[in-house]
Amino acid sequence: MSMDVTKPAETAPALQTPLARVRGTGPAGHGAGHWWHERLSSVACLLLYVWLIVSLLRLPALDHRGVTEWLRDPLAAVPMLLLVLASFWHLKMGLQVIVEDYVHDEGNRFLSILLLNFAAMLGAAFAMFAVLKIALGGGGG
Amino acid sequence: MSATPARPLSPHLTVYKWGPHMLVSILHRMTGAGLATFGAAALVWWLVAAASGPERYAEFAGWATSWYGIAVGVGLSWAFFQHLLSGLRHLVMDIGAGFEIEANKFWAVMTLAGSILLTAALWLYIVMVRGA
Repeated sequence: MSMDVTKPAETAPALQTPLARVRGTGPAGHGAGHWWHERLSSVACLLLYVWLIVSLLRLPALDHRGVTEWLRDPLAAVPMLLLVLASFWHLKMGLQVIVEDYVHDEGNRFLSILLLNFAAMLGAAFAMFAVLKIALGGGGG
Repeated sequence: MSATPARPLSPHLTVYKWGPHMLVSILHRMTGAGLATFGAAALVWWLVAAASGPERYAEFAGWATSWYGIAVGVGLSWAFFQHLLSGLRHLVMDIGAGFEIEANKFWAVMTLAGSILLTAALWLYIVMVRGA
């Protein structure tokens, strides 16, 4: 009987890809998806924060008028909305990994992740509402 | 994970010699947690204050330009640069590069030096060019 010693006996034939093997695994229960989204959002944050820092340093004034006039421009408001989305997406995933690493009790972990997700959505909603109010609010602000 | 007391635990952090790569690794998590809480709160406060009119914005600006506001700002900007640089280092390591001991340590030290340098440069610019 010939046997390939480089392959474990239980390995399924080539139909199963490496991705299929990591799906549903890991402490979060969904394999590499979380990891990938964390990387994706990190690159988005990198680009958007370089934009934010350069924009703020170039603004003539950081007072109320200077900031709201700047955010009324779609070329500032849209990247700012994306920045808020990318930031809260990234921080939600980062904090969730910390919770998954250190909170071992199933109940506490579930509750922590629930509250963390709600807090991230709340923060993102407030920030995005504020940007939209300035951008679409006309003269008032 | 349910704990099984009878099972021996593998030796973890305590068996390794302390090095810059370990410091950078835990700093990445700590700065990330700091930015995710205090940094995010500051971002939301700034935007909501701007949307709520000049009085609210003046409250925020008064706090942000006080000595403790500036101290938090310096801390957050350092955390930001440290997290950014060690994050870039992680992206390089994700593609499988930079694991040789010397290169790994070198870039770990460079993220520490870089974050201090960038923080100093930012605040020097703010004080010298913008007049604080």
